[in-house]
Amino acid sequence: MIQQDTSRWAISLISLAALLAAIIPLPNALDILRPDLLALVIIWFAVMQPRAMGLGYAWCAGLAMDAMRGPSLGEHALTYVVVAYIAHRTYLRFRMFPLGQQCLFVMVMLGAQEALLFWIDGVTGHAMLDWRRWLPMVTGAIVWPVVASALKTLASKD
Amino acid sequence: MPALREPGARYAPPRVSTLGLRALALIATSIGLLVVDYRHHELAWIRASLTSAAWPLQSAVHLPSAAWHWFTDAGATRAQLRTENEELKLAARSDQLRLLRLEAVQRENVRLLELLNATPRDAEKSQVATILRVDLDPLRHRVLIDRGARDGVTRGQPVIDAHGVFGQVTNVSPIGAEIILLSDPSHAIPVQIERNGLRTIAVGTGDALRLSLPYLPRNADIKVDDHLVSSGLDGIFPEGYPVARILEVKRDPSQPLASVLAEPTAALDRDREVMLIWLHQRVSAAEAAAAQVLPAPNSNDAPHTSAAR
Repeated sequence: MIQQDTSRWAISLISLAALLAAIIPLPNALDILRPDLLALVIIWFAVMQPRAMGLGYAWCAGLAMDAMRGPSLGEHALTYVVVAYIAHRTYLRFRMFPLGQQCLFVMVMLGAQEALLFWIDGVTGHAMLDWRRWLPMVTGAIVWPVVASALKTLASKD
Repeated sequence: MPALREPGARYAPPRVSTLGLRALALIATSIGLLVVDYRHHELAWIRASLTSAAWPLQSAVHLPSAAWHWFTDAGATRAQLRTENEELKLAARSDQLRLLRLEAVQRENVRLLELLNATPRDAEKSQVATILRVDLDPLRHRVLIDRGARDGVTRGQPVIDAHGVFGQVTNVSPIGAEIILLSDPSHAIPVQIERNGLRTIAVGTGDALRLSLPYLPRNADIKVDDHLVSSGLDGIFPEGYPVARILEVKRDPSQPLASVLAEPTAALDRDREVMLIWLHQRVSAAEAAAAQVLPAPNSNDAPHTSAAR
């Protein structure tokens, strides 16, 4: 059975929700752990429906994220494109991975993203050396199974 | 040309993936955007329009907590309001007394400055802004306020709260603005010890309750409980506003510099409202002498105007 791709409207709505989840006020302890849901959504659509959305979508989502909270414009746009590129290149392999390995791979992608952000922050004079900035990539990998199954249900409803 | 193909041969288009090319193009665009954002402030309208587009989302996130505050305010009982009213009256009376003295001192100060032929102090006006309940980044101390370019907010403008210096404006969109707090790790403010006038720099630590003073020599005259005020040397913050109180001074004999921690006087992590300050351009002594009058030309359009010369 060939699964129909989710409509662009639905994907935009889901991304918007993920974007809002990035700035909803949380208690400080949770705020530090807040996973980057938008990156997970981008990874999921790049892996499960590689034809639904291209890299342009990841770029626009990143730009929206920068407009919402980034200290410099374009950093999330750049890193989301890199993440989406890795996910697009490996989608056939990724789908075959067992869940644990998927989580691990997601963590690697998020880690690459964070490393790029770290570098861009440093170059643009917003250096942030606190080790806690690396925590969201771990929580992102931990919530990956939940996000993946939620997106699967959402996508199959359309 | 299709005629050149052998009849019966299946046409298989070459599978060339443009994914890498597209990724490269988008990455190049992002880098261009980063450079423009970093270097060319004349192209700030790009950022302003993008952040204004994000504004509805940010306000939507802010709305529930704003509604909750409104609800608790509206649901306050008569007794609560009465006690609050009593407290406020008491505070207003003592403030009034202090203000009377302050005005006398200020007049005297102006007269002395005139005697010294010094430049007049900055006149200022201020306006209250509400902080949006939006989490920008847990490790960066930045907040959004509901005043923007249309209210006259500009980049680099100082922000204070009821207890001291709060931060400065980093980005302005037409409707809102982003403030960087004193405690942000990439923020520094020139300060002066109130007791002896020693000048140094207070740097943010990423903790809303701590500032660090990393540039004081080991033998510097500084004690716990000393008060730090802004020195005004940066041309951004007005001088004389309280910034922090010294919490801890460590002098390690093997280190050339003392390690000093201070606690900001402003309630950086608890405020819901802050004050924006407008400083009028410092006027040189000659100009001031030529044009004796210096009242703020536009100090009347803000609701909370306090023209202090």
